[in-house]
Amino acid sequence: MNIHEYQTKELLRSYKIPVPDGRMAHSANQALVVAEQLGGDGWVVKAQIHAGGRGKAGGVQLANSLDEVQQYAENLIGTRLVTKQTGEAGRMVNRVLVEQIHQIETEYYLGLVIDRASQRITLIASAAGGMEIEEVAAATPEKVINEVVDPAVGLQDFQCRKVAAGIGLSGKQIVKAARIMKSLYRCFRDKDALMVEINPLVTTKDGQFLALDAKMSFDGNALFRQPEITDQRDFDEEDPKEIEASGHDLNYIALDGSVGCIVNGAGLAMATMDAISLYGGRPANFLDVGGGASPEKIANAFRIVLEDPNVKVLLLNIYAGINRCDWIAEGIVKAMADQVIDVPIVVRLAGTNLEAGRAILADSGLDFIHADRLSDAAEKSVKAVNGGAV
Amino acid sequence: MSILVNKDSRVIFQGFTGQHATFHAQEAIRMGTQVVGGVTPGKGGQTHIDRPVFDTVKEAVVATGADVSVVFVPPPFSADAIMEAIEAGIKVIVVITDGVPVQDMVRVKRYLIGHDAIIIGPNTAGVITPEECKVGIMPAHIYPKGRIGVVSRSGTLNYEAVEQMSELGLGISTSISIGGDPVNGCDFLTLLKQFSEDSDTDAVLMIGEIGGSQEVEAATWARAHLNKPLVGFIAGATAPPGRTMGHAGAIISGEADTAQAKMQRLAELGVSVVQNAAEIGQTVRNSLS
Repeated sequence: MNIHEYQTKELLRSYKIPVPDGRMAHSANQALVVAEQLGGDGWVVKAQIHAGGRGKAGGVQLANSLDEVQQYAENLIGTRLVTKQTGEAGRMVNRVLVEQIHQIETEYYLGLVIDRASQRITLIASAAGGMEIEEVAAATPEKVINEVVDPAVGLQDFQCRKVAAGIGLSGKQIVKAARIMKSLYRCFRDKDALMVEINPLVTTKDGQFLALDAKMSFDGNALFRQPEITDQRDFDEEDPKEIEASGHDLNYIALDGSVGCIVNGAGLAMATMDAISLYGGRPANFLDVGGGASPEKIANAFRIVLEDPNVKVLLLNIYAGINRCDWIAEGIVKAMADQVIDVPIVVRLAGTNLEAGRAILADSGLDFIHADRLSDAAEKSVKAVNGGAV
Repeated sequence: MSILVNKDSRVIFQGFTGQHATFHAQEAIRMGTQVVGGVTPGKGGQTHIDRPVFDTVKEAVVATGADVSVVFVPPPFSADAIMEAIEAGIKVIVVITDGVPVQDMVRVKRYLIGHDAIIIGPNTAGVITPEECKVGIMPAHIYPKGRIGVVSRSGTLNYEAVEQMSELGLGISTSISIGGDPVNGCDFLTLLKQFSEDSDTDAVLMIGEIGGSQEVEAATWARAHLNKPLVGFIAGATAPPGRTMGHAGAIISGEADTAQAKMQRLAELGVSVVQNAAEIGQTVRNSLS
């Protein structure tokens, strides 16, 4: 789960990590009030969306007057911002963050991740701040420092000092930076984060550190014990269909092809999408119905997939383990009784109670394209999209 | 032979009296698995499906000689249950539970250091040595006994591959799903090493996914050390970057995480790479000749 920059900064502030003075605003007038209260003679107005690349897309504006603050906020709020991470549709800007401008001396990168190679929390730092850390790591790996944290004792001060020295800091700056790293680690650990990134962490002309931009994501599996984080979820940032699907305990991700997919298990669901692609088609979605799919769950899956107007054929591929083919077949029959379906349906069932499942489908008198194997299922779906004989 | 579990394995279930654990314990018993009891704190002394219930894993181990545990304990309490099993001397701990917090698993893996135990999962379909021992939620009847070792992240894609192989007359020595989480108890490499030494396994099938570098690490080791064919598949060639595809660990965070990049690396490392999941069985058979 992701949160907005302004929320991340409030969280970091509560851990005594220095962030610029600023506040979130829902409207241009509110932005103006925030700027007045902040004082000074320069402000930055930042669109708050859960996607990177805002700067290049015009989502971050420097204002030299209060009028400009109001104008930029007016321009941003209520428009869709298209960045390299949002896709063509862009993301609606519902709020902005207004902050004081600071004179920057140097920029660093500071982050923590769950590193999959070491299977531990790892501190990442670089003197090459303000750039994408993946790009820095690819082009100049010597500029990126990784420090693995032993979970038994947590991040130690000496590790922080070592990292601070490694990115070229010296003297008192090492102590200050180490304190920020330690606080960042505590925040990461306490809140069950998966990733936190301060990029850039800057030093100002007067020698202070500031987290100029910050991003944080959290472990969805740990939200049961993180009510404060859960409360910050912004449903406007998520696909309404994905939210609805998760309400039915379905894992749905919309894609842009024409073969709607209903599969059980994430691995088989991906492999099914891949097979469709190999036979020349394109999947319209990822959908994992999970184990123990009841007839209601299958019917909901049908409805959600078929709401997508791009879907020209529906492929159901179920390998029943804890699932049972007869339950799945009942679900299909229920789904087809509940709604008018005007696209061909390809059904591939395998595993537990296969014969019973097939019998239910045959007795229903409904029109299906049967497939015995994964290859048939993918091939027949793609042919059906193209209107060919199957 | 086989790896991890066999007909002599003495199995307990943690969270024994819950609905799912009960069902799958019965299924395991039906296949001939030696289920010797279970643990549900607070219900010690009772009998459940004709097996004794204990309050602690330690008591269960002392009373029954259990050496394998299947964990069905809900996510908030899973880490505690796994560490309890480690401390009690259980050798193979299979964690079926889906949704265990990642940082809990980071701590569990730290606790594991210095103990002679292996954790499979979490979020796994489990382990099966056909006709001997089933510690998981897979349908036993689709797993014929044979000489192919299988390691996968996914459960259902594992079933799919096994069916393709069985249609070609190939059976399974042991099959393991390691689960779809980014921090999991056991990686592909650990299991490849075990299969390498198993005289009942003629070839190994590794079914990976987008995200992480486990498959490449395993294949790198295999190139120098594995004395039998290795067939590989990576699911998720059509997955969009930055999205979690059902499994928490199935996410493309960089170029090296993509299915295409991983399959290319695997091929360079001498793995027989399957491009189309529908051809897994055939590729395994070809690798044997």
